[in-house]
Amino acid sequence: MNALFFVLGFPLLGGLVLAFTGHWPRARDVNVVFSLGTFVAACFMTVHVIDNGPQTVWDQQFFIDPLNVFLVTLTAFVSLTTAIFSRPYMRVEQDHGKMTPPRMRLYHSMYQLFSFTMLLGFTTNNLGIIWVAMEAATLTTVLLVSVYRTSASLEAAWKYFILCGVGIAQALFGTILLYMAADKVLGAEHATLLWTSLNDVKGQLDPTIVTLAFVFLLIGYGTKVGLVPLHSWLPDAHAEGPTPVSAVLSGLLLNVAMYAVLRCKVLTDGALGTQMAGQLMMGFGLLSVTVAAFFLSRQKDVKRMFSYSSIEHMGLITFAFGMGGPVANFAGLLHMTVHSLVKSAIFFTVGHATQKAGTQVMSEIRGLITVNPTVGWGLMLGVMAILGMPPFGVFASEFLILTTAMREQPWAAPFLFLALGVAFASILARVLPMVFGDTTLKALAHPPALLPVFVHLVLALVLGLYIPPYLNGWYVQAASMLGG
Amino acid sequence: MIAFAPQLINLFATLILLLSFAMISQRRIVSLINIFAMQGMALVAASFLLGYATHQTDLYVSGALTLVLKVIFIPWMLHRLIRKLNVRWDVETLLNIPTTMLVGIALVIFSFSLALPVSRLSHSIAGGSLGIALACVLLSFMMMITRSKAVPQVIGFLSMENGLIFAATTVTNGMPMIVEFGIALDVLVGVLILGVFMFQIREKFDSLDIHNLETLKED
Repeated sequence: MNALFFVLGFPLLGGLVLAFTGHWPRARDVNVVFSLGTFVAACFMTVHVIDNGPQTVWDQQFFIDPLNVFLVTLTAFVSLTTAIFSRPYMRVEQDHGKMTPPRMRLYHSMYQLFSFTMLLGFTTNNLGIIWVAMEAATLTTVLLVSVYRTSASLEAAWKYFILCGVGIAQALFGTILLYMAADKVLGAEHATLLWTSLNDVKGQLDPTIVTLAFVFLLIGYGTKVGLVPLHSWLPDAHAEGPTPVSAVLSGLLLNVAMYAVLRCKVLTDGALGTQMAGQLMMGFGLLSVTVAAFFLSRQKDVKRMFSYSSIEHMGLITFAFGMGGPVANFAGLLHMTVHSLVKSAIFFTVGHATQKAGTQVMSEIRGLITVNPTVGWGLMLGVMAILGMPPFGVFASEFLILTTAMREQPWAAPFLFLALGVAFASILARVLPMVFGDTTLKALAHPPALLPVFVHLVLALVLGLYIPPYLNGWYVQAASMLGG
Repeated sequence: MIAFAPQLINLFATLILLLSFAMISQRRIVSLINIFAMQGMALVAASFLLGYATHQTDLYVSGALTLVLKVIFIPWMLHRLIRKLNVRWDVETLLNIPTTMLVGIALVIFSFSLALPVSRLSHSIAGGSLGIALACVLLSFMMMITRSKAVPQVIGFLSMENGLIFAATTVTNGMPMIVEFGIALDVLVGVLILGVFMFQIREKFDSLDIHNLETLKED
């Protein structure tokens, strides 16, 4: 039996089981158990792939290579830690009366199904199924964002659905065009959307069709990555849902969309033999980094501020992959990893802070370090990490991206420095009083689960100090697959 | 029959485009749903015809899927929804129908010029319809932007899906079956979720006017 069966089976089964039992008091633990099962299965799969090389499963419908297996493990890991974080968090929300039993059922079931759709998107070999999985991920998260049923959350969910629905429709058009290009090369009988088959014949795909296809695919999946100017759904959706959902949206869902873009970029580069795809990605990436940094400085809501920071970092990652080449691809993958870890850790601490303060407005959250030193330090360290302070992993990846940019795309470097500087100053100016100011807040009824925060931060720290050769080889392999 | 097939498919393609324009200018919600069902019907006819002409059974399945979902189930559900929400006879005030139409024509010209180099390369007997399909997608897109009520926005979303399926049918003789089923499932679940949302939005805002949903803005 293949480990992939369990990687996809656990969350799917979990979604079904929790749809009926999600309101039980123990359901929070059941949620963790299912996520743990997924993570263990993902680890087995990773070891297998690293030892034996890429493999296709079930009549080529699934394809596992170092690139996606690393994202699968990351996704399973962050889903697990978020499930652990979600236990006490959702209990407090229930005590506050924000969550009723039917909502808990919906929340737990959708949490598992959301993991399933992401893992399906990563592992499938079929570009059409990637699209289906992305749309399904939108549907599950729409329900998660609107779970509080407040006016603001309904508004955010509606906008999220409509904007992402429109955006992702463009990606479907791009997929149809790719299928048409495959049809021309392979003939109507053998036409396929399997990525491995397309990759084998990518040199023969018609450049005219593929160019148009990539533009549509980039716009479509770029909407889900949160690239400016298609980002307007993102801060709303991240700010209005429950905090565990913000953590997985920011840390994981954006990666799935990024991964879809990368797979399409490999095909496009092969078909065109030019830098067109990379240049488009650099343009969008740079625009996102700059615009997000300036929007970020104007936010009052803490979760909105960090969602703009996610747009900024996804822009940086898009820019890195756009540059291409072994170093930039390596840096992009590393940045994806550390951003997922650090951003979800930040959302965990922010979640506790907002629960304590009863508000998400930053000027009303003060003195976390006196109320609960672990939350305070967690937030402070997380923010230092995301701002790219050494020795955290974000520093290493940003350093690589910036030095490569200065060497290969010197015109872009000033914009990147300016944006990172603005983001640095504005986030720090907002977070310092939140952590160190005077306060009158009281402690929470249930002790928060802060283990995930520190596990994430320690991992980000380790990645910044020393990448083990095993892991390094894995990144290098994945980066070389992206070519450029 | 086969000799006429390309012309007939082009006829249905034109019909689909025409119905997209009809949707843009239609102010009554009830009529809007009927037009949407008609557009689905034209799509089904095109799929069946193409399936007959090319002897591809996949296209019959794809057509049947559209028939069940977009011609029967979703219109029925939408009718039921607007009856329950009591917006059945609502008339939307649309500003500047002539201007919208002119912008629509510009979009069609744009789509044709964008699709022309690609559709020349298509093997399919109806490959020339790519421009029409793209035009439908963009027109539905415009409809979603210009409408302020929730139901017309959803119909715009579904009509966009029609345009995409039409592109897949005519240009490549249908997507792989598993993908078609996946897309249909997503559309179905999406519409159900949006239906539930409409009740909740109505409950919270006392109206289905999306202009109410504008509190989350940047300062």
